[in-house]
Amino acid sequence: MVKYSYLIPLFPFAAFVINILFGRRIKKLSALVAILASAISFFLSLAAFIGYLGGNGSYTVVRWLDFNAASLNFGVTIDPLTCMMLLVVSSVGTLIQVYSIGYMSHDLRFSRFFAYMALFMCSMLGLVLADNFIMLYIFWEGVGLCSYLLISFWFERASAAKAGMKAFITTRIGDTGLFIGILMLFSAAGTLNFKALEHSSGNQALFTIAAFLILCGAVGKSAQFPLHVWLPDAMEGPTPVSALIHAATMVVAGVYLVARTFWLFAMHQPSLIWVAYIGAGTALFAASIATVNNDIKRILAYSTISQVGLMLLGLGVGGYSAGAFHLMTHAFFKALLFLCAGSVIHAVGTQDIQKMGGLLPKLKVTGATFIIAGLAIAGVPPLSGFWSKDEILSEALNNGHPVLFAIGLMTSLLTAFYIFRLIFLVLFGKPRSELHPHESPATMTIPLSILAFFSIIAGFVGSPFMNHAFQNFMVFPQESYIPHAAGAVHLVMAFSTLAAFSGIGLAYSFYMLNNKILAYSVRSKFLFLYRIIYNKYYIDEIYEILFINPCIRLSRLSFKFDLGVIDAGVNAVAQVTVIIGKIKSWFDKYIIDGAVNGLAKTVRLSSGLLRRVQTGLVQNYLLIAFFGLLILIIIKFIKAG
Amino acid sequence: MIPQSHFLILSAILFCIGLFGALTRRNAVGILMSIELILNAANINFITFNKFLGSSDGLGQVFAMLVIAIAGASAVVGLALIIAIYKNAKTIFADKINLMKW
Repeated sequence: MVKYSYLIPLFPFAAFVINILFGRRIKKLSALVAILASAISFFLSLAAFIGYLGGNGSYTVVRWLDFNAASLNFGVTIDPLTCMMLLVVSSVGTLIQVYSIGYMSHDLRFSRFFAYMALFMCSMLGLVLADNFIMLYIFWEGVGLCSYLLISFWFERASAAKAGMKAFITTRIGDTGLFIGILMLFSAAGTLNFKALEHSSGNQALFTIAAFLILCGAVGKSAQFPLHVWLPDAMEGPTPVSALIHAATMVVAGVYLVARTFWLFAMHQPSLIWVAYIGAGTALFAASIATVNNDIKRILAYSTISQVGLMLLGLGVGGYSAGAFHLMTHAFFKALLFLCAGSVIHAVGTQDIQKMGGLLPKLKVTGATFIIAGLAIAGVPPLSGFWSKDEILSEALNNGHPVLFAIGLMTSLLTAFYIFRLIFLVLFGKPRSELHPHESPATMTIPLSILAFFSIIAGFVGSPFMNHAFQNFMVFPQESYIPHAAGAVHLVMAFSTLAAFSGIGLAYSFYMLNNKILAYSVRSKFLFLYRIIYNKYYIDEIYEILFINPCIRLSRLSFKFDLGVIDAGVNAVAQVTVIIGKIKSWFDKYIIDGAVNGLAKTVRLSSGLLRRVQTGLVQNYLLIAFFGLLILIIIKFIKAG
Repeated sequence: MIPQSHFLILSAILFCIGLFGALTRRNAVGILMSIELILNAANINFITFNKFLGSSDGLGQVFAMLVIAIAGASAVVGLALIIAIYKNAKTIFADKINLMKW
């Protein structure tokens, strides 16, 4: 079945074509088309996975293009990482699209939404299947495009249109780095195939620089510090989009990229640890912002940034399988969190958690799944988040990075705190404003339940109960690059459980005791710190001053230059031309025409005089002839004389 | 023996009378007659030079005969033209007929 895996992205693409061309005509059926295509992709992915387990070769070139100097084969990779990504993307994608039927049911551009979703599925599946950098880059840009289209899906709102642009431009900065990195690899090794690159020997310094540039691309796409600013704004898009693209799949494309090129990072050492530092820094930084934000979706957005940071931390300390494991579990519980948030927003019509409260009795399914997802992300055993986060922490500790371990633990504590702050404020306590919530339709609650089920059990595949089956499957071929030490697994488990429970306890004491909206006393004690964090460390403002304003000023300057110099030059040339034209016109009128007319007038005047001779009287003619003869005779005589 | 100059003077007088007539006569028939005088002046010249330049072949006389014949023919044509003009214009006065003007 592995050899048919190239069909996986083609079904969603066909759905995209159908929906974009005939969406108006088939109306609500477009959802069915997109979901059917995703479901087929899911079953094909499952088949590919089973085929791979059965020992069916890992690299298959299904079609190829030949260029003059080098050949770029367009093929598919089927290896553990791809299998895992395929299953996660297609399953979560299908569920979220089912959910979208209910969420988008009143939208005017219903079919357009499903067309974009199908295009996204195609790009994302193509991205994880690609066996070379060019194909990966094409699909990489494809998901970026879909992200842009879907963030600004409600483009009637200026903020949504701006958010789309922000996302596109910010990720573009990283993508440019990635593309330069790809070209460097090509110039160093002469091939872009992952497998061939891995075994190629080229300029090692160039490889190291390329690793950093690829990391740059990953940072942009995965919304890591300093390019994280687009993700919170991306929440302007419809909530299913936030769940699918900006939580479960597209933002982890950066993590996937680092995992796919793990050998490159591992062999060129300083680059790998930078992955860990960036991930760890971002994880803590984003988690701290999430603790004070009041917008339900933005909290989840910062949570995503933080969790993706944890994945990179896991990869960076050498935990290839740990990072991938967290990627998988995160996809389930974060998608679930977003869908629950969407369901809540659908029910109450606001995103401000200060206005919610006491929703649990009204939204039973949503509330229950929300709590499950919260427990999973907080790392409460035995839910999925616990196992994967634990794996990352133990990798950090065992590979000799106690500082990174401490940052990870701190992030876990903050994660538990902010997610339960969210849950307590939204679901428990008393309603804080006049709201009439109603439970969402079945198309929305069924996907919630399925995802909740996965959020609970997805972690077991990597747990000691199943003998670390996931880790053994996901083992990196050259794991020997990284020093591995069997270490204090139980100690780490104890630490992370403690962190999770203390975070939840902290949230309970802050927000549940006395039913306070916010912990005013704590806030007033650390007012300065609170202000900084509440304003997201002023990163947006700093960017505004450092990059955006100079950019705008430069544009204005260029505009003035254009207006003052280029336009003025063009206008001057035009005026000179007009003057020359006038001179020429005068010359033509009075000199050329004058000459022609003068000639005509002369002829007319002379002929007017001469025609008097022609009297018509025959005797006059005779007389003239006679005088002419006389003159001739006289001349003759004068000459002779 | 009458000297050559007498003949030439007669011829010149005849030519001048003819020319004067041709230029001054209003009547087209008169003009035609005057032209005949001019031709005859030329004939006299031909014969005079034939006689006094001592040529014995009579070429001048032959030319005179030719001129007389042509004069007759031209008189016929001229009179026919005059009749045609008279039919159209009801006049044969040369100063009334200016159809060739411009």
